[in-house]
Amino acid sequence: MASGKGGANDGRLSVRIAYRTSNSFALEAEFEAPAGFTMILGPSGGGKTTILNCIAGFARPDAGRISLGQRVLFDSAERIDTPVAQRRLGYVFQNLALFPHLTVAQNVQYGIAKMPAEERRARMMAMLESFRVAHLVARKPGEISGGERQRVALARSIVTNPTALLLDEPLVALDNGTRSKILDDLRAWNAAHEIPILYVTHSPEEAFALGERVLVLESGRILAQGMPQDVLATPRHETIAQVVGFENVFEATVRSIAEAQGTMICQLDGSTARLEVPLGHAEAGARVRIAIRAGDIIVAAERPHGLSARNSFPGRVLSMRREGVRVVVMIDAGGAPFEVHLTPGAIDALGIEEGKEVWLVIKTYSCNLVEPSGR
Amino acid sequence: MDWSAIFLTIRLALLVCAILLVAGTPIALWLSFTRWRWKFFVESVVALPLVLPPTVLGFYVLVAMGSNSPIGRWYQSLTGHGLPFTFEGLAIASIIYSLPFAVQPMAAAFSQVDRNLINASAMLGASRIRTFIRIVLPLSVSGVVTGFVLSFAHTLGEFGVVLMVGGNIPGVTRTISIAIYDHVQALDYAGANHMAILLMAFSFVTLSITYSLNRRVWAVWPMHR
Repeated sequence: MASGKGGANDGRLSVRIAYRTSNSFALEAEFEAPAGFTMILGPSGGGKTTILNCIAGFARPDAGRISLGQRVLFDSAERIDTPVAQRRLGYVFQNLALFPHLTVAQNVQYGIAKMPAEERRARMMAMLESFRVAHLVARKPGEISGGERQRVALARSIVTNPTALLLDEPLVALDNGTRSKILDDLRAWNAAHEIPILYVTHSPEEAFALGERVLVLESGRILAQGMPQDVLATPRHETIAQVVGFENVFEATVRSIAEAQGTMICQLDGSTARLEVPLGHAEAGARVRIAIRAGDIIVAAERPHGLSARNSFPGRVLSMRREGVRVVVMIDAGGAPFEVHLTPGAIDALGIEEGKEVWLVIKTYSCNLVEPSGR
Repeated sequence: MDWSAIFLTIRLALLVCAILLVAGTPIALWLSFTRWRWKFFVESVVALPLVLPPTVLGFYVLVAMGSNSPIGRWYQSLTGHGLPFTFEGLAIASIIYSLPFAVQPMAAAFSQVDRNLINASAMLGASRIRTFIRIVLPLSVSGVVTGFVLSFAHTLGEFGVVLMVGGNIPGVTRTISIAIYDHVQALDYAGANHMAILLMAFSFVTLSITYSLNRRVWAVWPMHR
């Protein structure tokens, strides 16, 4: 018997499913999502939406088990298949699926129809206010902007107090500014209501900015899962790097800020190396995450000078291996491992071999700042 | 003008439409949402009256209602009289005959409702019935109205089935189209013309309403007629 009520573990989402749509596509996935954001990252057609649909109950897995805390939503062995309407989940569809013939107020109250009218209205207004769309109650979805629709769709699923939230690229159509404002509101809400949020995206930047946990899915298989840096650090699987887009992700601490230059200096964890990166929302002492593509790093045989690139520091070649037309070189820089991609011609010209001392050169704008989560 | 035939026809058409609306909706819903592989078989049965000559349909309905069939005997034991050549018999035959005219537009409208809206409704805790009433039906109003109007107009003008099943009993089974036929047989062309104009004007108006409501009425029909 599982232990009793154990705090945050209570509402944990556990998924183990096998699902076959046709001969060409099969999904097999096993993962756990605790309270907070879990990003499902991968190319389209990889099975991201199918996972959400199985959890929601729109699709029935061929085998497996899905549970939320103590509640079993699906279990093929025990023949449990909770009806969609009783799963108590929130689902924001890619096309939002707002009811076009109902007003914003009616949309948001749809899932709480059994409440007394007064309480229902109060809850609806409170929810709309926390997503800053309270002034739109009387409008219909066709009469408001895309960003407003997104906010209403979020409010509609959240107002029911779901036990988990499933988001299928809900913000894909929005510009960055609008998107990050909505995400801030969602994060603020999640801080007060600790439930698992599964967030499907094909954007690595979004995954790293938001995710406490990332799950990389391709062709119906989970290639890697865990904390963002772990996903990247552990097996340096080529597909993961391609899906994710960044071969190098470092945890770092902000040392100083040069606001006039629009930059800040960060100290990499476990390394003497410092990087100048574009100015972010952080203050000195703040924890940040820096992502760098392996192809964006320049290697020099001797100390470079007269460059516009602001970051250059020494390192030692740890290993190198040929992959098709490129060479993947691992370089240790003061304790931090950098993955660098070079052409065979460059390797020959520089005389790069294991143990050789080299210099790494990285432009400030090649350092992608992704905020760590859990603020 | 044969007013008793006109009132009888309107009474028949309204009754048939009301029953079709109630009975046709579940059939249309089932056709729109089932994933059953033999669904096309049911679709064909529902659409059969579209292509069958009314006399063939009327003939089999007559046989099925007759005192030699189990259905006919069961009805007779229940009510004391047979179905053929009665208003009830005529209504039952008309319901079968007009079924596709009610079901097809409704099914077309139901299946055009975004599945995500139905999923969203379920996800928000709504039962199937609530989802139907609050989401599917309001978004398919034009299809339902079309189904009602088309089956009404179609029942109003039917001839072959009425003649086979109902015969020509004034005040009981004599409808407008039968009355027109009678007028022509009696060489009363003016009388036939009065009733024919009435039927034509009505049909034109109903079709105009239908087409203005919904341009895709015929999209799921098995063939162009």
